[in-house]
Amino acid sequence: MNADATFPGAASPDAADPILSVRGLEKRYGERIGCTDVSFDLWPGEVLAIVGESGSGKTTLLNCISARRAPSAGTVSYRMRDGVTRDLAALGEAERRVLMRTDWGFVHQNPIDGLRMRVSAGANVGERLMAVGDRNYGRIRATAADWLARVEIPADRIDDQPTAFSGGMRQRLQIARNLVTHPRLVFMDEPTGGLDVSVQARVLDLLRGLVADLGLAVVIVTHDLAVARLLSQRIVVMKDGTVVEEGLTDRVLDDPRHPYTQLLVASIPES
Amino acid sequence: MRTTAMTAAATPGPAYNFAYLDEGTKRMIRRAILKGIAVPGYQVPFASREMPMPYGWGTGGVQVTAAILGPADVLKVIDQGADDTTNAVSIRAFFRKTAGIATTTRTVEATIVQTRHRIPETPLAAGQIIVYQVPIPEPLRFLEPRETETRTMHALEEYGLMHVKLYEDIARHGHIATTYAYPVKVEGRYVMDPSPLPKFDNPKMHRSPALQLFGAGREKRIYALPPYTDVRSLDFEDHPFTVQSFTEPCAVCGARNVYLDEVVTDDRGGRMFVCSDTDHCGTRRAEATP
Ligand SMILES: Nc1ncnc2c1ncn2[C@@H]1O[C@H](COP(=O)(O)OP(=O)(O)OP(=O)(O)O)[C@@H](O)[C@H]1O
Ligand SMILES: [Mg+2]
Ligand SMILES: [Zn+2]
Repeated sequence: MNADATFPGAASPDAADPILSVRGLEKRYGERIGCTDVSFDLWPGEVLAIVGESGSGKTTLLNCISARRAPSAGTVSYRMRDGVTRDLAALGEAERRVLMRTDWGFVHQNPIDGLRMRVSAGANVGERLMAVGDRNYGRIRATAADWLARVEIPADRIDDQPTAFSGGMRQRLQIARNLVTHPRLVFMDEPTGGLDVSVQARVLDLLRGLVADLGLAVVIVTHDLAVARLLSQRIVVMKDGTVVEEGLTDRVLDDPRHPYTQLLVASIPES
Repeated sequence: MRTTAMTAAATPGPAYNFAYLDEGTKRMIRRAILKGIAVPGYQVPFASREMPMPYGWGTGGVQVTAAILGPADVLKVIDQGADDTTNAVSIRAFFRKTAGIATTTRTVEATIVQTRHRIPETPLAAGQIIVYQVPIPEPLRFLEPRETETRTMHALEEYGLMHVKLYEDIARHGHIATTYAYPVKVEGRYVMDPSPLPKFDNPKMHRSPALQLFGAGREKRIYALPPYTDVRSLDFEDHPFTVQSFTEPCAVCGARNVYLDEVVTDDRGGRMFVCSDTDHCGTRRAEATP
């Protein structure tokens, strides 16, 4: 057996190449810097957490790498399902929107931003299927029911509107709505940030299970290091729009090198 | 569009240009119509003018008719299939007065039919034009209120939302409960709202030999279906589109396979079903009793 063959992922080009590559990314809001000089790679099936205090540029970075905002400088490239890596800025609007509703997911902090509040839970989950051309009602409904079960929403709530759901249920519905097309990459901005502490644990548990089952690549923004510890393999620490430290989650949290990270870690309450 | 009048010579009174609108406005509307014909089902913005009637009376349709009308045209106007409602009578009178043209209640005699809710039962022929008065032209409005977003959705053919609406119908009622303004796809490209037609009339739009023009006054949109355009009603494989069916024939003329209105006959709850198309019903009766 040669050494290369045992290197994890070496056998499959899928795992050997990053799914997302960010180089020299900058976003300015006029004179103000949202984020600057950000570079990192994300591998298939990897969960990367972006942490940092309020205003450090986490959401700005997430929006730029998910093509929701145009960066002021730098590139973001994504390896498409066909294996070809494309510069996001070079994609046409049509291609970008197809990508967003098929290969990608985006989970907003506030479920209202990611759900259609005036259509049923079933239709919220089924929408992406219909968007990609599924025209069989029975099959769409069965798939929606299956996904509701996977996010622990009772089957008899399928025809209820999310307005009738609790915060935790809404967030779980938003997750199901994103995952129904089996995306390869999901972006999340503080997915548990708006929830009561008691509800957070259940959503996090569920997310952890789904991410592992589906082998999703995830970029998750959180200011909560416990969330990063639970879900991510790697961490990017941001301060004033720049990355001050990056590394494996356990290493960064157990042995922080940058003084700012040390400060952040020291401020987590014991759990 | 029989010989377009470019002068005000045919105008009966000095106060109006032929068919009320000035020639510049008519040219602007005709340009929008031509663009609509070139891109079937696409909503063309136009500078809708104030008309001497309320919006609810179909000022979009009236402007389209005014722009295409020529002195030799014969105009029929219907409202809910009837020629004799206040709205239909007023619009006919308006064009008689401002354009001095002939009007008719007979579908076969008309060169232009302006309508609000129905397509006549008598199949339209090549050379005829049907003008629809449209209140809400945007089929995506129900689920997406943002105009910028609906435009992008049309541009990129993102019509999944239309099926979300039909899905909701089936989930709630067990079948597609939309019976009016039932959305259609034109030439496999643009999704279009056929105005408040009963879905019964949707198949009549498909490959019609007549030119079909749609005008929305308040929303300032014109769209069109050139003759023989493919028009399909949206549906699901396992819930296919169907039209309303009536178990009884028309109580007056005995017609079957036509759209019927329920009419209250007395104050003791008596009711019957009669043709909504008054010309169709009257013609059948006249033929039956020589
Ligand atoms: N739309 C905007 N216009 C102008 N400045 C902005 C805009 N969005 C963010 N900023 C600024 O960019 C910087 C980074 O903001 P960003 O929202 O990315 O931070 P964040 O880390 O997500 O913060 P939080 O944890 O509070 O969500 C801040 O100084 C912010 O004020
Ligand atoms: Mg943020
Ligand atoms: Zn009849």
